[in-house]
Amino acid sequence: MILSVDELRFFYRNREILARIGFSINEGEVVAILGPNGVGKTTLLKCLNRILQPKSGVISLNGDSLSSLELIEIARRIGYVPQRVETGRLTAFDAVLLGRRPHIGWDITEKDLRIVDAAFRRFGMEHLRLSYIDEMSGGELQKVAIARAFVQEPKILLFDEPTSNLDLKNQVEILSTIREIVTQHQIAAVMTMHDLNLALRYADRFILLKDRSIHLCGGRDAITSKEIEEVYGVEVVIGELEGVPCVIPKCLTPAAGG
Amino acid sequence: MHFADGTIPEDYLRYTYAKYLWILGGIAFLFILLILSISVGAVSIPAYDVFLTLVNGAIDRINDVLALISEETSFLHLEIPRFGETASHKWDAIIWNIRLPQALAAIAAGVGLSVAGVAMQSILRNPLGSPFTLGISNAGAFGAAVSIVLLGTGRMTSTVAGAVVINNPYLTTFVAFAFCLLATAVILLIAKIRGASPEVMVLAGVALSSLFTAGTMFLQYFADDTQLAAVVFWTFGDVGRAGWRELWIMGVVVAIACMYFIANRWNYNAIDAGDETAKGLGVNVERIRNLGMVVAALVTAVIVSFLGVIGFVGLVCPHMVRRIIGDEQRFLIPGSMVMGGILLLASDTAARLIVAPYVLPVAVLTAFMGAPVFIYLLLRGYRR
Repeated sequence: MILSVDELRFFYRNREILARIGFSINEGEVVAILGPNGVGKTTLLKCLNRILQPKSGVISLNGDSLSSLELIEIARRIGYVPQRVETGRLTAFDAVLLGRRPHIGWDITEKDLRIVDAAFRRFGMEHLRLSYIDEMSGGELQKVAIARAFVQEPKILLFDEPTSNLDLKNQVEILSTIREIVTQHQIAAVMTMHDLNLALRYADRFILLKDRSIHLCGGRDAITSKEIEEVYGVEVVIGELEGVPCVIPKCLTPAAGG
Repeated sequence: MHFADGTIPEDYLRYTYAKYLWILGGIAFLFILLILSISVGAVSIPAYDVFLTLVNGAIDRINDVLALISEETSFLHLEIPRFGETASHKWDAIIWNIRLPQALAAIAAGVGLSVAGVAMQSILRNPLGSPFTLGISNAGAFGAAVSIVLLGTGRMTSTVAGAVVINNPYLTTFVAFAFCLLATAVILLIAKIRGASPEVMVLAGVALSSLFTAGTMFLQYFADDTQLAAVVFWTFGDVGRAGWRELWIMGVVVAIACMYFIANRWNYNAIDAGDETAKGLGVNVERIRNLGMVVAALVTAVIVSFLGVIGFVGLVCPHMVRRIIGDEQRFLIPGSMVMGGILLLASDTAARLIVAPYVLPVAVLTAFMGAPVFIYLLLRGYRR
């Protein structure tokens, strides 16, 4: 068990956003946080590395309580990839090198350069090293952001909707990459997602949020049409394609002209 | 994780060396400009003589120190010989008492305003960020107006050059500085109550600027002719006001600010990548914002109090450098420092020349010189 959350509560001013959240995550696992818009998926994700400060509850990281760790120590163990990646006039190499910031003393060393270089090879982006990130496509930018979190050498990677704004090819590429590095390096990944089918294909476990708390936490078998209906309020059919469950919504209203 | 297969990326290193070369080139250019700036003026001094005077002056001071050491230890008798055949002291008075302090003040103010500007652009996540965004310059001007009009430091005497002199510059400077600090304190208080978000800071700055401008106008309305002239005169930033003592204070403050910003270059890079990314990288974003704001405000307050308002440098220099060497703070911060020194020194040199024998305050010229260059850089876009 690499991360465990117990009795987590989060308030935005006086409004309760998350109530009594509890779950745990193991090495080599990809966990998807699912649920309708505004249910608190991103808030939960941000509590996991203290971008947001929960009101109460215990999050422990390899046995250490998150609230007792320095921010920089958390950054050495948890990498975070936000939904929106800011650009600027700097090269991809510089942007990824920034991921070494939690490990940098006064200045970068040869080791930092080697690690960043290795990350570019790992993600098959050697040709982009000296490209300016403000001239990159959404998919390339997302890969740069993932590489940046990766060179933090974290034990856990957090992704806030890693595939939003990406085309089909990039969605599949990004998620396969996440899947691969998690398995290969025996780290863990937690990602918030909207696309149930992509989640079912690439994640091992699922946390369904409803009404501020966890409605369900389990593997693929636990995701049934009944649960999806209860969480999203939409009737669905769950089929199977190449051994992976596949969620298709029933039409709310008959298609026009059909 | 295993990263043993990574190699040192030669192409990236070459790319960074090119950036450092730009900065070193800028420093060399600044030295040449310094010599030129000292050599021109009402009395022309040959550039080589300026060089000799500066070098020999430095050697003399080192020799003073060495002499002191040899007196103490009584066995070391080192003395560096003066440089060049002409050991003349002909130009010493003009160079050491007038032109060098003025040129160094221009460099210090340029470096300070520019480094404060680059930090504010990052802190406020706004390309229009500058040392004056938070209303510091308006606060300083208001402070000067209070001192001149209400405290009566504004009687003027005409000098030969036709300029006006404020009869108690120390009190004026002090009151201006006090109001700069007040503005900073108000901003910090707002940041404390509402959180240090860029939007809040920018809007608070706009509010404070308007408030202090209104206050200055109010005082000006009721001021008599001489006071009004003194207030207006004070706001024209002029690097000629600084003597050696002011220069030392300014130099130390600017140096500390530069060291602070350079030490935090990775934090600013992280903030540029977005608040969430920065927090994910372990940066305490709020604290870095607040501290950066205080340091930028202090360095600006010192410069404004001693020299008056010098606009444009803090806004434009960072952008010039961004367009030459990019947004990476490791290069951007030192690059902006050098560019600030160059721009303000060049402006001051030009200001002393264009309507000679009259001497314009440098603030009039910075915009004249900066704007065309800036527009050219905007049109040309980034370097490939």
